[in-house]
Amino acid sequence: MKETSRSETEQVAGNGLLHRRMFLAGGAAAMGAGAMVEQTGAAPLAVESWMKIPGAPFNGYGQPSKYEEKVARTWASAPGTGGTGSSRTPHHLLNGMITPSGLHYERSHSGIPDINPDTHRLVIHGLVKRPLMFTLDDLGRYPMESRIAFVECAGNSGALFAKQPAAANIQAIHGLLSCSEWTGVKLSVLLQEAGIDPAAKWVLAEGADASGMSRSFPIEKALDDALVCLYQNGERVRPANGYPVRLLLPGFEGNMNVKWLRRIKLTAGPTMTKDETSKYTILLPSGKALQFVFPLEGKSMITHPSPGLTVRGPGLYEISGLAWSGYGKVAKVEVSADGGKSWGLAALQEPVLPKAVTRFRMAWQWAGGPAVLQSRSTDETGYVQPSREQLIALRGDRGNYHNNMIQSWVVDGSGEVKNVYA
Amino acid sequence: MFMRKFLAAAAPAALFALASPAFAQQSPNLGKAISVEDLASWDISIGPDGAGLPSGSGTVKQGEAVFMAKCQACHGEKGAGTPNDRLVGGQGSLPGDKPPVKTVGSYWPYATTLFDYIRRAMPFNESKSLTSDEVYGVVAYLLNLNGVVPESETMDAQTLLKVTMPNREGFVVFTRGK
Repeated sequence: MKETSRSETEQVAGNGLLHRRMFLAGGAAAMGAGAMVEQTGAAPLAVESWMKIPGAPFNGYGQPSKYEEKVARTWASAPGTGGTGSSRTPHHLLNGMITPSGLHYERSHSGIPDINPDTHRLVIHGLVKRPLMFTLDDLGRYPMESRIAFVECAGNSGALFAKQPAAANIQAIHGLLSCSEWTGVKLSVLLQEAGIDPAAKWVLAEGADASGMSRSFPIEKALDDALVCLYQNGERVRPANGYPVRLLLPGFEGNMNVKWLRRIKLTAGPTMTKDETSKYTILLPSGKALQFVFPLEGKSMITHPSPGLTVRGPGLYEISGLAWSGYGKVAKVEVSADGGKSWGLAALQEPVLPKAVTRFRMAWQWAGGPAVLQSRSTDETGYVQPSREQLIALRGDRGNYHNNMIQSWVVDGSGEVKNVYA
Repeated sequence: MFMRKFLAAAAPAALFALASPAFAQQSPNLGKAISVEDLASWDISIGPDGAGLPSGSGTVKQGEAVFMAKCQACHGEKGAGTPNDRLVGGQGSLPGDKPPVKTVGSYWPYATTLFDYIRRAMPFNESKSLTSDEVYGVVAYLLNLNGVVPESETMDAQTLLKVTMPNREGFVVFTRGK
């Protein structure tokens, strides 16, 4: 083995974590060759039927392979309702940074409305000089902007507040997070056309669904990076994600990115809607509750390995996961394989974008013994993801929302992975 | 030669125009003006100042009848909850480390939110179907069950604004790092 390979395979933290150059500089191949036991194929290669007869014809809209049926959202609904509740993204079965549109998590308060795009309207009014109404054709003629942004429900990862660790996988615990490319019209352009009254300090956004989902946010956000989205991952926004038009407030609580957007009202103060008072407020041990906690904090999670993805025998593995921050870019992600005793720096997969998820990767030589895997992100503002102990010391365990504590997965001696508190 | 000179002179001016306020006037301006009357059916949000509360009124008794007919199946007798959200009780349960009981009476800071939400989103299977009188009545009934207004109360645009919710001072505006 040449000199450089030795440094590429050096341990950077306890229990087998290897330097991030490992995968980037071809070190894996060098090491794999060294570590591999020579094996012969079990049988001659088969010439399968699909290699000999013509395949399926074209179709209008492609679907995943029939062998991938298990890659699906899971959901829970409120009693007596079919579509009030949430569905979750299966992060353990995905890779990369973009969530396929059909697997984007959902949070709906009265099902998915069947909106006719020809009669849908977006109204801008309140503290403006000229109340305006837009059709979808109107909106489609504006200059557009695209950005890749995560959307995360404020209730995501709330399961980690439970006194005992739930027997749950990453989809059940962290599935209320997804990331898409969103394309649309800057809200600031539409507001400027309506003429902003200087008294306008807040904005109310309201959906056309039966619950009339509504949230208030400061006008600074509207003038900064708010986007009135028509497209998601290149195609029209899916019905479950707000067809035909949804609001994107990059980095802000999921439900503030109002789906099925029908109305924008400029106001002097917050409207104090049901979902910014009775819900989405963080109850502290003092009995007071934090209100208007808009951006999601710096956070990360290991997707591979995670519960359900059994580690099959000692050897070289890639630990991989997602990190994100509602305040900007991810600056670094550290990984531990010994429950936080020692940490190694993970490689960040490009592109690293503000208010989008960043994929991180780390080489791991598993010797076969128990290992507690953790990831810890730091964002570009210097914010470090807290441990479970630190977050509960700060806010108690009854807050429900904005749980960004470090996730621990234990890999036991048999390679099975479980959710634990460490 | 002439052309090159022209381009050299024109280019900076064009860039300036893009960055100047004049560009805003070149915005597509495709929105149609809409009158306050024409958007009234959508302008249903009610903030703490009560602006936009409709005329009409409802008593605790009237609200009880509406509740029993249209709300009780999901929210339980007298708003006690199950299968869906509990609406009554829980005052005093917020501090400490035991599970809090968050209801209209123990947690909601504004009575206007109650009117806004019931009118826009309830009853679940036929939202926006209640008359203003019915919404005022249900608000009066729920506030009475929570001990916030007396049984003799009538809710309307004026009396609703006079209600001070028990947890009105229970919220702190978030600052990062706290």
